[in-house]
Amino acid sequence: MQTFVIIPAYNEASVIADTIRDVQKFYKDIVVVDDGSKDKTSKIAEIAGVKVLRHILNRGQGAALRTGINYALKQGADVVVTYDADGQFEAEEISRLCHPVINGKCDVVLGSRFLSGNRIPLFKKIILKSAILFTRAITGLRLTDTHNGFRIMNRKAAEQIKIRQDRMAHASEIVHEIARLKLSYKELPITVKYTIYSKRKGQRLSGAFHILFDLIFK
Amino acid sequence: MLIQYVILIIIVLIVLQTARKYKERKISLREFLFWIIFWLVVGAVVLLPQITSLLAEKLGIGRGADLVVYSSLIFVFYMIFRLFVRQEKIERDISKIIENLAKKE
Repeated sequence: MQTFVIIPAYNEASVIADTIRDVQKFYKDIVVVDDGSKDKTSKIAEIAGVKVLRHILNRGQGAALRTGINYALKQGADVVVTYDADGQFEAEEISRLCHPVINGKCDVVLGSRFLSGNRIPLFKKIILKSAILFTRAITGLRLTDTHNGFRIMNRKAAEQIKIRQDRMAHASEIVHEIARLKLSYKELPITVKYTIYSKRKGQRLSGAFHILFDLIFK
Repeated sequence: MLIQYVILIIIVLIVLQTARKYKERKISLREFLFWIIFWLVVGAVVLLPQITSLLAEKLGIGRGADLVVYSSLIFVFYMIFRLFVRQEKIERDISKIIENLAKKE
């Protein structure tokens, strides 16, 4: 089983090396997609010894994931992991999340920060919970966390899920695709650390409105 | 009326600009013809507002001016929709190009 870890990154020069090092302890096929960063993200990733795909223009996280996933599939990946660059996740949790997919129990595993006892900032919680209700209303999937970058897909799912949203709305889109394609999925608890860095870089409230706009009009 | 002359002058300027853009090959023949016919119709309505009243009456709209406002709004919204779709396509195309460039590097 060949597992590829896709890490979309945009201006993450200060943390990308740590994130890569963490993942490298467990996996060797790592693809960093530098989404047109203005800093040294791609250079640092290259030095760290992973495959770097560089977007010469910023196209958004959805586009970066698409680039990474397509590349991994071409390299013959059996399992595709999407992982955030900002160091919020724990690399040691990847293998636990991969288990159900590798054992053929389901096509997709979605990480959920609400299933484990993470301390989530209140404001963030309100935004995320509204997104979850919105997704539930539209897709009928009873998920506990829809905007989470930690996902595992088997080859079939990675091939079938079409990410058309270039920007942040891809997260909802992936969930919609799971519903449409009737893929089997499972949510598992993950640890999400809210560091000062990730809070500063993370999505703001305006981001939620952007996502809503993209979903309705695109 | 003065307003008629003002609008006509504006239309003439726009038509001239359209012709120039066509000459510079910035728009296609189809687009050129579309806009010329459009502005000719607008010009006709400005010169002979009675036509709109006649049409409005047939359609059951009170005044000719109302008909003009309604049809213009529909036209404008439709154009916005077209631009929107086009813009989306361009965005997707750009992303496709960027993805391919990323693979080649």
